[in-house]
Amino acid sequence: MTPVQAIIAKELRGYFVSPIVYVVGAVFLLIFGFLSYLYIVFAGAQAIQLMQMQGGPASINLNDLVFRNLFASMRFVLLIILPILTMRLFAEERKLRTFEFLMTSPIGIHEIVLGKFVSILLIYLGLLGITGLVPTVLMLFSEFDWNPVLTGYLGMALLGALFLAVGLFASALTENQIVAAFVGFGILLTFWLISGLGALLGDTTAGHIISYVSFMEHYDRLVRGLIDTSDLVYFGSGLLLMLFLTHRVVESTRWK
Amino acid sequence: MIDVQNITKRYGHHTAIDRVTFSVAKGEVLAFLGPNGAGKTTTMRILTCFMPATEGTVRVAGFDCADQPLEVKRHIGYLPETPPVYQELTVTEYLTFVGRLRGMGGRNLTSALDQSIGRLELGSVRHRLIGNLSRGYRQRVGLAQALLHDPPVLILDEPTIGLDPKQIIEIRELIKSLAGSHSVILSTHILPEATAVCQRVVIISGGRIVAEDSPEQLSARLRQSEKISVTLKNPSADCNAKLREIPGVLNIFPGEQAGMFLIECTLGRDIRDEIARVVVSHHWGLLELRTISMTLEDVFLRLTRHEDGLTQPPATAHKGAPASQETTP
Repeated sequence: MTPVQAIIAKELRGYFVSPIVYVVGAVFLLIFGFLSYLYIVFAGAQAIQLMQMQGGPASINLNDLVFRNLFASMRFVLLIILPILTMRLFAEERKLRTFEFLMTSPIGIHEIVLGKFVSILLIYLGLLGITGLVPTVLMLFSEFDWNPVLTGYLGMALLGALFLAVGLFASALTENQIVAAFVGFGILLTFWLISGLGALLGDTTAGHIISYVSFMEHYDRLVRGLIDTSDLVYFGSGLLLMLFLTHRVVESTRWK
Repeated sequence: MIDVQNITKRYGHHTAIDRVTFSVAKGEVLAFLGPNGAGKTTTMRILTCFMPATEGTVRVAGFDCADQPLEVKRHIGYLPETPPVYQELTVTEYLTFVGRLRGMGGRNLTSALDQSIGRLELGSVRHRLIGNLSRGYRQRVGLAQALLHDPPVLILDEPTIGLDPKQIIEIRELIKSLAGSHSVILSTHILPEATAVCQRVVIISGGRIVAEDSPEQLSARLRQSEKISVTLKNPSADCNAKLREIPGVLNIFPGEQAGMFLIECTLGRDIRDEIARVVVSHHWGLLELRTISMTLEDVFLRLTRHEDGLTQPPATAHKGAPASQETTP
């Protein structure tokens, strides 16, 4: 077992003995399930309306009515929930003085950062996997196109990974977990809101740059079923940038 | 094994340690003594590559802390001030994690684990969560962590803190048994510990090394005068002046109880018989007469109160004397 694997195993163990994963996971799944239910009922109501108007069986587009709405709503849920999952990663180590132990172990800082990030990513992907029940069950009763659903899931995975990296960065900044969570919300909310600014500036260079920096349009394209290399590059580079910044912050704590 | 040259650590304008230089030979046990905030922990953190020194060089096991930190870390076992334990893990899980971070695995790790659990007598709690253990056990788990990979250099920040007297003795025995094969630096507040365990003592105060020698040598070097304690049954008002007339007496301080005097006299001159004669001739009633030898505690107090204690005339450093008198020679 390499040091990175050892850190992943230890973090997973730490998450599963603390209530945080169960509470956050339950809330996440509850919201996902509830939103799915709402959008499905709404779609059903629309189908009945259409049927009455047309007088025969109506076909409704579940991809548009259920999944696009569902994935779009999940952005906000992820923004709230993921910083809570990541807040303990470095802050707790510093609070409990185990940080000094990690830093004096013969492993690189990049291994610590990577181990912690992968551990929480695995938990998140696990939760995302459970939500796969919704489209699977829906498939039994209805027909829809799987491709946009899969790209939507890819979007959720990439967006979640980026959010987790931001949360990890926030956690490295402080030894207070609550502060770490709020810094995480703050950064994510800022990147959400600047998409509004980008839209306001419209078709100008500044407008394009600002819109590109925000995660909104990249995620939206994936939810609509479009896989564009530029979006993948955006998530990939954003993720690497956040992990790099986390590395620098952790490194800098040695100098304080 | 450990070679520290002129290290300085500054936090902004505050200098935590100032040009500290010392070295530890292979197999030597060195005590790092100093009051709180003297720079002990800072020095240890620099030695373990947790933080870099502002100036100066540190070499551990032949590797430079600045250039080859990973090699240095590999050769060190470190117990920080607070035992670095994860409360959600059991003792075995925690030590396994520590071993894996150090690249150990398989049979190698299992035998190291059993050995360090045995050494620190953690067998009875090895499957319990560390969060449920007492402070003493956590401290021992922290020590087991430092010893797990059998490092040539051990750096222990207050290793016996939080232990009960029996455990303290056991840990001291353990540290003594490590001498010879391991180089050990331990910081401590407890002076008898330094005397009991270490061959050499470094006293640090205000970020500077004020003395470095064996405990015995230190007290011998600092002994510029001898002290004699006299207790009288009925001292008269002028007994202070009368005693001062005895040749060789430098100073007289009142002792902790009525009728007790601490007489400081020049080194190498035993004036106990003179004192006895004066006391008897004045019918003060001699109850007690004894010399007080200087303990490491006196040395420590003197050095950490007066940074140039080696050259200053001795202020009284006897801990029994009331604080108000201690600064009036």
